[in-house]
Amino acid sequence: MSQFSRRNLLKTGVAAGVLAATGLPVRAQAKRGGRLRLGLAGANTSDSWDGRTHSDTFMIAGAHGCVFDCLTEVAADGTLKGELAESWEATADAKTWTFKLRQGVTFHNGKAFGADDVMESLNMHTEEGAKSAAQPIVSAITEMKKLGEHEVQFTLAAGNADFPFLLSDYHILMYPAGQIEEAIAKGIGTGLYSVESFDPGVRFVGKRVDSHYKDGSAGWFDEVEFIAINDASARMNALMTNQVDVVNRVDFKTEALMKANPMVNIFEVTGNQHYTFPMQVAVEPFNDMNVRRALKHAINRDELVQKILQGHGRVANDHPIGPANQYFAGDLEQNSYDLDKVKFYLKEAGLTSLDVNLSAANAAFAGAIDAAQLYQASAAGAGININVVQEPDDGYWSNVWLKKPWCACYWSGRATEDWMFSTAYETGVPWNDTGWEQARFQELLLSARAELDSAKRREMYTEMQMIMSTEGGTVIPMYANYVDAHSTKLTNTGEIGNVFQLDSSRLAERWWFA
Amino acid sequence: MQRLLLGLVTLVVVSIIIFTAVNLLPGDFAQAILGQGATEEAIAGIREQLGLNQSPVTRYFQWLSGVLQGDLGVPLSQAMMQSFSGASTGGNVITVAEQIGPRLSNTLFLAGVSAAIAVPLSITLGVLTALYRNTAFDKAMNISTLSAISSPEFFLAYILILFLAVLNPIFPSLSNIFPGMEFSERLNKTMLPALTLTLAVTAQMMRMTRAALINLLAAPYIEMARLKGLSPMRVIVKHALPNAMAPIITVVALNLAYLVTGVVVVEVVFVYPGIGQLFVDSVKTRDIPVVQACCLIFAAVYILLNLTADILSILSNPRLRHPK
Repeated sequence: MSQFSRRNLLKTGVAAGVLAATGLPVRAQAKRGGRLRLGLAGANTSDSWDGRTHSDTFMIAGAHGCVFDCLTEVAADGTLKGELAESWEATADAKTWTFKLRQGVTFHNGKAFGADDVMESLNMHTEEGAKSAAQPIVSAITEMKKLGEHEVQFTLAAGNADFPFLLSDYHILMYPAGQIEEAIAKGIGTGLYSVESFDPGVRFVGKRVDSHYKDGSAGWFDEVEFIAINDASARMNALMTNQVDVVNRVDFKTEALMKANPMVNIFEVTGNQHYTFPMQVAVEPFNDMNVRRALKHAINRDELVQKILQGHGRVANDHPIGPANQYFAGDLEQNSYDLDKVKFYLKEAGLTSLDVNLSAANAAFAGAIDAAQLYQASAAGAGININVVQEPDDGYWSNVWLKKPWCACYWSGRATEDWMFSTAYETGVPWNDTGWEQARFQELLLSARAELDSAKRREMYTEMQMIMSTEGGTVIPMYANYVDAHSTKLTNTGEIGNVFQLDSSRLAERWWFA
Repeated sequence: MQRLLLGLVTLVVVSIIIFTAVNLLPGDFAQAILGQGATEEAIAGIREQLGLNQSPVTRYFQWLSGVLQGDLGVPLSQAMMQSFSGASTGGNVITVAEQIGPRLSNTLFLAGVSAAIAVPLSITLGVLTALYRNTAFDKAMNISTLSAISSPEFFLAYILILFLAVLNPIFPSLSNIFPGMEFSERLNKTMLPALTLTLAVTAQMMRMTRAALINLLAAPYIEMARLKGLSPMRVIVKHALPNAMAPIITVVALNLAYLVTGVVVVEVVFVYPGIGQLFVDSVKTRDIPVVQACCLIFAAVYILLNLTADILSILSNPRLRHPK
């Protein structure tokens, strides 16, 4: 029971069977009412309503999922739909995009939403001195033109077919033009819930706005209350004693107790979050593709999923594209644990045994040292001697990652293939942690970016995933699930988004009290 | 007056120690906040912006001069946020004082509730155990309070949650109080952490009361009172207790100080938005101005309560009040 994404169910062709087995109604009747209480990890005293700074669950679910809206939204089934944008179209080179905006939308302070708000909200990310995580997305826009009160045209430096998808990013929230400072201070957006009170790192209360353009399709609670509970035991306890209705990041240690409680239901989805062991392909011995292939077959992925993730994950195939991506190639040949293949590739490399250092610290991901030791044990049988170097947690990202030839690392994944590849695998980018450079891969990356034909893009991205899986510099053993839990008083459509925790952070919009 | 000055000197010394200790921790704010994005240039950039690249001595004196002018500074996280957002956040920066203020009042409320339960309870128990010393009651009380004080606080907290929130839902396990809450509800939510703290401090106060009383019960004037035919209760409350006040006041003051400064674990377990939780969060991100301010407050509470205890014990002792 790992995932209810329609896309995946249909792909595996067992939709009817699974739905019958789990007894989920295909479409339940939603109803209004009640106060939703969430106990969340990921709150900080430095939190604010400034979307540019958001990086953790509390604010992402609070801003992106309650108070503010974006231009576009990734629906629970993984498709892209308009949020504040009604429709959009591109020129053939994917360079010029025209967005038609929704009419009759107002901010919580009464101001009408229009083209100026879009332009000013986007400009926030490229403002002098601003360090927004969405800066690369917005800086690709060379020109913004207001075609009418509810129509905006963007011209990009280079064609990008994913542009509308990128605008669904949780950093790119829509603020009222001319009042951005006030909107950040008070939390004034166009979302389903307006801010009643907000105490950074402690609590947020939102009240359902009286009339909203999503009426009848989302926003079923009268009120939402977010309570910051960073301590895992306290969070689980709060759900078990009915102090909250939903918690995020289930503590695997107490999972059995939660499962025994009939009032609590654990729900999890496999998203794009993945753990990696990047090898620097310019450094001996990783410069030999056969060595890399040997190492990819020397890791027991199933064991890692069972022991490090306690089963809350899925085996990955050495490429960074996950099940929440549009063009995820789930049917590639799986790199499996196979000592004969390891010996074969070692022989191809002209070696009989191999000694390598693997640097790890739990700062890379929870259980990274254990994972490295399991890797060591599984590889030993084929003459590969992995020496696990335990690094200190503090300073791991500045002293070990990108510095040591082989280390442990994690990626939360990106919403689009292009974004993921161009963050960490494009030639010359600063976070290219394997120093990956390959002509065919780079060529595909650039042409897929500007290609609007979905079928052709699927072909290209599939080939790229294949190249990474066989030749690439990183060992990616597994995807880690997002595991949350809720009270059985709550219910949903049966389809849970897998872009992020808590139904892609939109639980307060999409769920309701049964 | 001299004591007050000494107190101030102690505060300065404490602040130096804290500052050094925080600086000895591996990693700094820049590394903590950047996580995976901690490239050398990014770290250097943030350190420069926040003035972290200056020598620790310079930073300490900058901070000290600010404090002397009543300015506790701006949390690094806020300073960081401002630089993150460029120009458009303007004047919305929260200072350390603003951040600590509401948290401190929450902690004081919790301490107040705990003290209101713990002090009368432990003094009453102290009197009763002295009165019925070496009886089954005395032994039972001693065993139970001593086991409570010997268990770690988080363990006591979970035991209380188990019995008073899970098995018998009397009190909520989550103490998420907020401004504007009604007093009765606030009290209800504060009950479990307050009880935990009560269990943690009762033993010492009770046993000190008991010991001080028993000590006095051997004195000739008590024997006199008893020979007069007074009831044992009256002997203890009227004759022994006033003379035992000094040590009791001292131990109560020490425990009150503990109620303010020792709440870190309890606050985390019950999600109580007090100064202890803020302190833990700030240590995690190496937000030195906030850590320093919290420590300063903790130290000041200790020094002030000790001072009060000394003054009160002088007042309670006629010999010291009227020196020859």
